[in-house]
Amino acid sequence: MNDQPAIVLAHGQLAAGLVSAVEQITGMGSRFVAMSNTGLSGAELEQKLRAMVEEIGAKVVFTDLPAGSCNIAAFRLLRDRDVVVVSGVNLPTLLHFVTHPNLSPEEAATEAVERGGPTLKVTFGKTRAD
Amino acid sequence: MPIELYRIDDRLIHGQVIVGWGQPMGLGFLVLVDDEVATSDWEQELYRMGVPPELDVFFASVAEAAHKLDQWNRDKRPGILLTADIGTMVRLASATHATIRAVNLGGIHHRADRVERLRYLYLTGGELRELQELERHGVEVTARDVPASRPIPLSALVEASGEAGAA
Repeated sequence: MNDQPAIVLAHGQLAAGLVSAVEQITGMGSRFVAMSNTGLSGAELEQKLRAMVEEIGAKVVFTDLPAGSCNIAAFRLLRDRDVVVVSGVNLPTLLHFVTHPNLSPEEAATEAVERGGPTLKVTFGKTRAD
Repeated sequence: MPIELYRIDDRLIHGQVIVGWGQPMGLGFLVLVDDEVATSDWEQELYRMGVPPELDVFFASVAEAAHKLDQWNRDKRPGILLTADIGTMVRLASATHATIRAVNLGGIHHRADRVERLRYLYLTGGELRELQELERHGVEVTARDVPASRPIPLSALVEASGEAGAA
């Protein structure tokens, strides 16, 4: 069951913003803990993340930028923790994840990426096509 | 094209480096100089994981980097060389005989014995003096986290701190 809180770790205030949007749309924002890398070294960030994973028993960590310090800190946990890291998080991904508590954390994360990833698209105005 | 940026940043490869600096300069390769990372396959895999596939990442110890620096500087693509700490950059600069003309302070974070100089830069008095020593050997040292911010010369950091450098 995917009923443990998950962590959203991102640059600046992005994680807090995403979690507040999940709360607004679903009322399930409390299923996520938002964390920021602002002002932290790589070592400090890893330490804070490890402490949070331990505290809440998180199985999934969502991060924003694939080459960013948040992602690298999360990847460091893969060495000795049973966690799933999802890189390049967006709102549709979090919404899908949080609304499928019946899946395992691994299944929910995988399915959320399959559904949330392709929602990124570009659309041109009508005049552009003329 | 020579290595365009020699950067000290305790996060090594991260967003500011890959996107903030890398995108505007059309970054072609990264050199990560760290004696520990250079001997760890796991650490190297970790840093490669998130890097765009078109970007080459080279890992080297200080000794290896000193040997290969001219070769990297002949690469036709723009490059960035990273160290996690001041001591590593000082050792590299010293081993490469005036090849490094400028060093960027991109991020050295809080530690109990460090003092905040900028929001992204904390230095002990000893580290400040190490950087001053680097400047005395002809290396320009400036603090600048991202290209959009103003470079701050080392002298301004020293003046702001009120700490006298070593003679």
